[in-house]
Amino acid sequence: MAQMEGGGGDEHKKGPGVKKAKKLSTRVDMTPMVDLGFLLITFFIFTTTMSSPKAMNLNMPKDTKNQEELNKAKESGALTIMLGKDNAVYYYEGQLAPDGSNFKTATFSTIRDEIISKRNEVIKNHVHDDNCPKIWAENKGDKTSCLDRDFVVVIKPDVDATYKNTVDILDEMTINNVKRYAMVDITPQEYQLVQATEASGKK
Amino acid sequence: MPSVKLPKKSTFVDMTPFVDVAFLILTFFIMATKFKPPEPVEINTPNSVSTQDLPESNAAMVTIDKEGKVYFTVLSEKDRSIYNEIINDINTSRNLGLTPVEKANYSKTYLVGVPFVQLKQLLDQPAALQAKQPGIPIDTTGGELTYWIQSAKSAFAGQSLKFMIKGDNASKYPVFKNVIEALKKNDVYKYNLITAPEDAPAGTELYKERHKAG
Repeated sequence: MAQMEGGGGDEHKKGPGVKKAKKLSTRVDMTPMVDLGFLLITFFIFTTTMSSPKAMNLNMPKDTKNQEELNKAKESGALTIMLGKDNAVYYYEGQLAPDGSNFKTATFSTIRDEIISKRNEVIKNHVHDDNCPKIWAENKGDKTSCLDRDFVVVIKPDVDATYKNTVDILDEMTINNVKRYAMVDITPQEYQLVQATEASGKK
Repeated sequence: MPSVKLPKKSTFVDMTPFVDVAFLILTFFIMATKFKPPEPVEINTPNSVSTQDLPESNAAMVTIDKEGKVYFTVLSEKDRSIYNEIINDINTSRNLGLTPVEKANYSKTYLVGVPFVQLKQLLDQPAALQAKQPGIPIDTTGGELTYWIQSAKSAFAGQSLKFMIKGDNASKYPVFKNVIEALKKNDVYKYNLITAPEDAPAGTELYKERHKAG
């Protein structure tokens, strides 16, 4: 009864619209479209190469020039880094002692601190001389550019070093703003030390 | 007993926003995608903080795979005749006696990694069928790679030519050194090493510099 009445009241309010016509939904089933959309997304995600490879510059000196460059490196500002087997890193400062006492072992995570501390040491010991204004001019008047001019890193990968290690250490030069570095062959004496250290570490 | 009429709720969910987002993502990926060129050898490059883009054309690439095998590729998008020049140069200087078909096949070969004696055999097969290659012989004096670089240099004479080295993480340093030796023999002292990008570690000089500028 109540329903009937209510219904009747409604009809009146609605006016001449009359019978409740079944409203056709305007909705479209979008499921297949979504399916297809996500299929395509998946496809593109898999095929895309998000990080495109980057190029890293490497300049090697001419062989003849090499020797002069090396001789110019001041002993006090030199840091020699050797790369060995299994990502091992060895280094010494200045000249290698005949008994190998300043030959130290590091890893790729600790070598950065060594480079930084050596650089700071070189900067601390820097003595101003007449060559500095020339270096400033080369660096657009940057007066800090002369401070680390004696700092040279010599990189010596041995036969067991991987390409990754080599690139990593070159990258380390960029990261730490080392302006002068050279890649040189390892000497027999150094190689012996590296091998001896590797052998003792295995025990 | 008056029946309580529950309004029948539709199970239909409005998917419009969902579709909107889906297609937005789809559009992004379509725009951002750059298809990888086919790479017959899988190389995992090391990471570096470099931000320089790779040259797409006018470049010669030396690939070192994880076993230390060396391959040589020349990238020249615009000028396909470069390939002919290179293979002709190699053919005459090394006396290989390649047929025109084999020479034409060279331009379709993405990379070459065989000694000169096997080059004829390699180019006899269609590019798609070229299976495992033994690598270009290389030694401390540069090996056969020297001649490839020489030919590429002469073919690109007058144009800029960049040299790229793409090495695998696991390849050994001596191979890399030999490649450099081969490049040095041709008076090439500047190379680009292909690496994957990486952020500058926080707190380092480079990090400070980049954040100062940016």
